[in-house]
Amino acid sequence: MIAFSNMLERLVFSPGRLAKIAILRHYFETQPDPERGIALAAITGELRFAQAKAGLIRDLASQRTDPVLFALSYDYVGDLAETVALMWPARATNQSPPLLSEVVETLATAAKGELPDIVSGWLDASGAAVRFALLKLITGGLRVGASARLAKTALAECRTGLVPDDIEEIWHGLAPPYAGLFAWIFDDGPRPDPLDAPVFRSPMLAQPIELTDLALIDAAAFRAEWKWDGIRVQLVSTAGGQALYSRGAEDISGGFPEILAAMGSPAVLDGELLVLRHGVVAPFSDLQQRLNRKSVSAKMQRDFPVHVRLYDILFDGAEDIRTLPFDERRKRLEAWYTHNRPHRMDLSETIPFTKLSELAELRLSARAASIEGLMLKRGDSPYVPGRPKGLWWKWKRDPLTIDAVLMYAQRGHGKRSSFYSDYTFGLWRGEELLPVGKAYSGFTDQELLMLDKWVRDHTTQRFGPVREVERGIVLEVAFDAAQLSTRHKSGVALRFPRISRIRLDKPPGEADQLDTLMALVEKMPTA
Amino acid sequence: MPHPQTWLKPLLEGLYCEPGGFFIDPQRPVGRAVITHGHSDHARPGHVAALATAPTIAIMQARMGEGAPGTTQALRFGERIRLGSVTMWLEPAGHVLGSAQVCMEYEGSRAVVSGDYKRGADSTCEPFVAVPCDVFVTEATFALPVFQHPDPHAEIAKLLESIKLFPERTHVVGCYSLGKTQRLISLIRQAGWDAPIWLHGALLPMCKIYEDFGVRLGDLRPATVAAKAQLVGQIVLGPPSAIADRWARRLAEPVVCLASGWMRVRQRAKQGGVELPLVISDHADWRELLETLEEVGAPEVWVTHGREEALIHEAGLRGIKGRALRLVGYGDEGEE
Repeated sequence: MIAFSNMLERLVFSPGRLAKIAILRHYFETQPDPERGIALAAITGELRFAQAKAGLIRDLASQRTDPVLFALSYDYVGDLAETVALMWPARATNQSPPLLSEVVETLATAAKGELPDIVSGWLDASGAAVRFALLKLITGGLRVGASARLAKTALAECRTGLVPDDIEEIWHGLAPPYAGLFAWIFDDGPRPDPLDAPVFRSPMLAQPIELTDLALIDAAAFRAEWKWDGIRVQLVSTAGGQALYSRGAEDISGGFPEILAAMGSPAVLDGELLVLRHGVVAPFSDLQQRLNRKSVSAKMQRDFPVHVRLYDILFDGAEDIRTLPFDERRKRLEAWYTHNRPHRMDLSETIPFTKLSELAELRLSARAASIEGLMLKRGDSPYVPGRPKGLWWKWKRDPLTIDAVLMYAQRGHGKRSSFYSDYTFGLWRGEELLPVGKAYSGFTDQELLMLDKWVRDHTTQRFGPVREVERGIVLEVAFDAAQLSTRHKSGVALRFPRISRIRLDKPPGEADQLDTLMALVEKMPTA
Repeated sequence: MPHPQTWLKPLLEGLYCEPGGFFIDPQRPVGRAVITHGHSDHARPGHVAALATAPTIAIMQARMGEGAPGTTQALRFGERIRLGSVTMWLEPAGHVLGSAQVCMEYEGSRAVVSGDYKRGADSTCEPFVAVPCDVFVTEATFALPVFQHPDPHAEIAKLLESIKLFPERTHVVGCYSLGKTQRLISLIRQAGWDAPIWLHGALLPMCKIYEDFGVRLGDLRPATVAAKAQLVGQIVLGPPSAIADRWARRLAEPVVCLASGWMRVRQRAKQGGVELPLVISDHADWRELLETLEEVGAPEVWVTHGREEALIHEAGLRGIKGRALRLVGYGDEGEE
């Protein structure tokens, strides 16, 4: 576990994506099987064993440490596993630190009563870093500092010609410790065959459309649909099983059992997950209640009823139809839908139009919270993973804007670690400024330099990495929607806020009132 | 035999040896001061007369300019002098170059003030000497069982491995200018790194003093004027305040490292935006503090600053009487 814990430590502290990939790659290249495979499972969240409770750690600590010293230490460090890892009074032993595979195997088979002795033996044999990883692993609190996608990206880099999607498309047919996968990547072995497992296929993404693109578009070649403000999902039903995936290949089946139950005959479908009440799409904040859950209560299912709006089909039965043109696939999708009539699903409506100006008008009039804008898809486009140019366009509605006052600034990460680049801004309520959001994009490098200098020259207070600044700069903030929120003091939350302009011309006293923003909050849609 | 508490007193200015007529590391200007070492929380400006080791005096003079003591007297380790009715001498504390413990004898009773100290090997200063005494006055910067400094050579190995992993980036290590910088350089040299080590301008004067006192640091160059391209794959040292700030923008995609005992705790490293924490400290860790209490064998320990609660508790368990002096002004954490 030494190499594993060292890698975790570096991942957690490294902010940069490229740095994380280099760290992962180095680990996969230098570690033997099955250690690297089990580490991969730990990183991708596929490791399953009955976890020990935090109580076990407390018990061990109380057997080996003085209660007063333990309390003082815990108070200082603030994290139970870390406190024990750092202060553990190791007894002399001739044992080596355990291998990751040994730990995982033992935890899967050991009787509960044996655990305390086994774990304290491991702790005695290990240094602080291994102890920390060990305690976090067995209590289920391991934070990796890298996504599953990043791990697959690092792996793909280890074999020439491989892209992350190649791994993605077999991933859900594999199991730890992934011997076949590593043999394929490092030893020129055969590509592992997922057979009929319900694996994920990388989705086709749209490009944001610019005015210059718009001028070149041949209206007759394109189909239009609404762009809904939900999350992109892939529904997979095969002879081998069913699964629901997020756009990032995460298996989210557990959180949406009612969608799984509604799946029809074998197919791979592409659609938008929404909360839908009486046929009306609820704001994104409702859907958020359902996200990031491993399981879901009956009450949640009732209060936040989910629904998938289907817009494409990748596999019809076992037949891969991604090379067919969009219009053909649409016919197949309609046929599949008519045949199955699945609950909790409908078809994304096709918007008829002959001229782009008609769409432009529709787009302007669309103000329902759940509509982000329009999608334009070429009728002859095959389904291409990634973000191919010119086939699919997203035409978002114009953002809303407010003029807000810069209140706090925080340093960024990685390349921006020396810049105050994260800005909290607020609006007036009478004499008082209330923070309404945070933005860290939208400005040019030049503007960042200027803002950074301004923040340093106008700091009134410091709170750790955060600086409070004079009320001196007005920022025009663009955002996609404003929604009521109980989590913010101001009572409102912004979707995708970014800095659109720095209003050096505007005195802070003339920035917007909170009421102005509240008037933009979208109620339940009427359209 | 008078108990040291009758003649060694914590006053507002600092610890005062009454029959000797001197303060130890006073926080305010006094007539006569004995200074344990050159860190600015112990060596304050404005004293009329000061006694210390020769390196400490050189450090004070270099740092303070007009605030340097009016008159100075340099003592060799072990050299005994009479001040008032007290015999006083200095013994090495192993903290930084010139750092000393202040040993005092008055009518047969002996007190030792450690100043800051460490027990781990350090080729840039003389190692700590344990002096048996009746009262031992200790620091407690890292007096919690969670602080157990790892082998510093293993920490340097981490740094060198990281340079191999990221050869296109510059590794910038934050370290305090007096002590940590030179120890780090010496550890890096011991690991076989013969290439130039690049320094922020603020670190150069203290390195010069170390060299003057015979500590060899190898090829050191100012990072201030160096071209960005030259620093690729190199080690740059800078004060902790500069490594993640504007100064570091001159470096190629810097890997921000920080050498400090505080790096043992994750949250500390996270807060500072540190990408590679290196647990290397000038101070005794928990085990070294306890080992030292055993070695000096004093029935009573006074704690100047730090996490005194834990140390006094543990001392009590070992039959040693503890007393918290709560002297203000010491232990500026920026200096570790």
